[in-house]
Amino acid sequence: MSRAKNSPEIAIVGAAESTRMGKVPELSQTGLHADAALNALADCGLTVADIDGIATGGHDAAEIAQYLGITPTWLDGTSVGGCSFIAHVRHAAAAIKAGLCTTVLITHGESGRSNNRTHRPLFPSAQQQEFESIYGALFPPSRFTLPVLRKMKDDGLTLEQIASVAVVQREWAAKHPRATAHDPLTVDDVLNAKMIAWPFTKLMCCLVSDGGGALILTSAERAKDFPTKPVYLRGMGGESAEGPMISQMEDFTSSKAFRVSGKMAFESAGISHADVDHLMIYDAFAHLPIYGLEDLGFVEKGEGGAFIAEGHTRPGGKLPMNTNGGGLSYMHSGMYGMFALQEGVRQMRGISPAQVEGAKLSLVHGVGGMFSASATAVLTNQDQW
Amino acid sequence: MSQRQEPVIYPETQFYWDGAKAGKLMLQRCAPCDAAYFPPRPFCPGCGSRDVAAFAASGRGRLYSYVINQMPAPGYEPPFAVAIVELEEGPRMMSNIVDCAADPEALQLDMPLEVTFEQRGETSVPQFRPTTGGAA
Repeated sequence: MSRAKNSPEIAIVGAAESTRMGKVPELSQTGLHADAALNALADCGLTVADIDGIATGGHDAAEIAQYLGITPTWLDGTSVGGCSFIAHVRHAAAAIKAGLCTTVLITHGESGRSNNRTHRPLFPSAQQQEFESIYGALFPPSRFTLPVLRKMKDDGLTLEQIASVAVVQREWAAKHPRATAHDPLTVDDVLNAKMIAWPFTKLMCCLVSDGGGALILTSAERAKDFPTKPVYLRGMGGESAEGPMISQMEDFTSSKAFRVSGKMAFESAGISHADVDHLMIYDAFAHLPIYGLEDLGFVEKGEGGAFIAEGHTRPGGKLPMNTNGGGLSYMHSGMYGMFALQEGVRQMRGISPAQVEGAKLSLVHGVGGMFSASATAVLTNQDQW
Repeated sequence: MSQRQEPVIYPETQFYWDGAKAGKLMLQRCAPCDAAYFPPRPFCPGCGSRDVAAFAASGRGRLYSYVINQMPAPGYEPPFAVAIVELEEGPRMMSNIVDCAADPEALQLDMPLEVTFEQRGETSVPQFRPTTGGAA
């Protein structure tokens, strides 16, 4: 039986992070968007005149267009938290396929640490404020972590397993010169760090950084005209949302938004889990990769913690995950999804400092808000499958 | 110390806060689904029906999950428990756990809880405490 070959329709041709990350007091939030955008344009040899589509989250997309001098024919301001940029990839692909624009610039910038911004890119929900914030649950560490004790009791997840996520990701970060934290960690270091919201210590919580990132997408048929190795979208990815009230999460042991988004991405790409050479799962907190592995179906429910603790996602493991060190060790601006995408692109270009040799397919999965939203992208360096 | 946040009340949620002021924890029930739901809205999140009615819940529940928060919050003295309570009627809601040490030994998952009300300015805020006994 002959099988028709599939070829990609959309490519990421430009990708870059801001020139500096971590502590960047000399740039405003808008400036971080622009710095990353100019770097991404330089990466693919385009200028702002070539861009006709703009997408960003946590910031007014029209302001980004005006600041950069772009007159777009297509805009996407989807702002559902840190996974917004992964959703933008999906939306941009649909827009290019529909002929709404030809070349999309997706930007992220966040002055999370220096706070050089006029507004914080929060996503206020009236009901979250009326029925949750009043209980002193004001910050992500006391909200995002709330399902975890339940999962520990119901699924047998242990604190040592949660701590091992930070340990393993630090091993990856050690390979990345641009990562914020490089020193090795032990499970005891993580468990004995400053308590933030029991049972979560500071080392189970993400960094707070300044930084930005940008991607440029166009049709795959143009991709070979660019100087860098093309990175293609395989399928259309996935997205979903459950909502901003953590108290109303349907199942405290599993994210519905993760399950729905992940399933769509796998089905659209026509891949199985064995096809995934490299994996990014947005880790705002150490339990996120555990939920992600389970909800995306890489392991059975209740096995995510042991899978990481046993070393399967560490350097040399069978499923390299969060190879930049993640939000826990690389950087976390507040909406980190763009940085998960950047590492996925580097891996597919073969240029990551923590390169997974021979990797052909990278799956990038993100969370938005506190298990509120989710988006998934499948990247590949193969031009047919 | 600054004051604890008072809720911003909307027309659709006024009955909930009026109920709290009268010492009642208000839920809504969808007639077609025969299921209670929370937070308040004038239709059922399960089926979209507007055939819903408010009622006073039993005020009993169990400790479903929590963290012991160490970070500052206006009017709160860390550490304090931010908890999820599963109500006898089914819905879950956020609360603090009062009249109880903010300590993992004292806060056991699934322990029975009962509602109490905390006065904040003109508002009564539902809170939960370990069940004190009586007709449980």
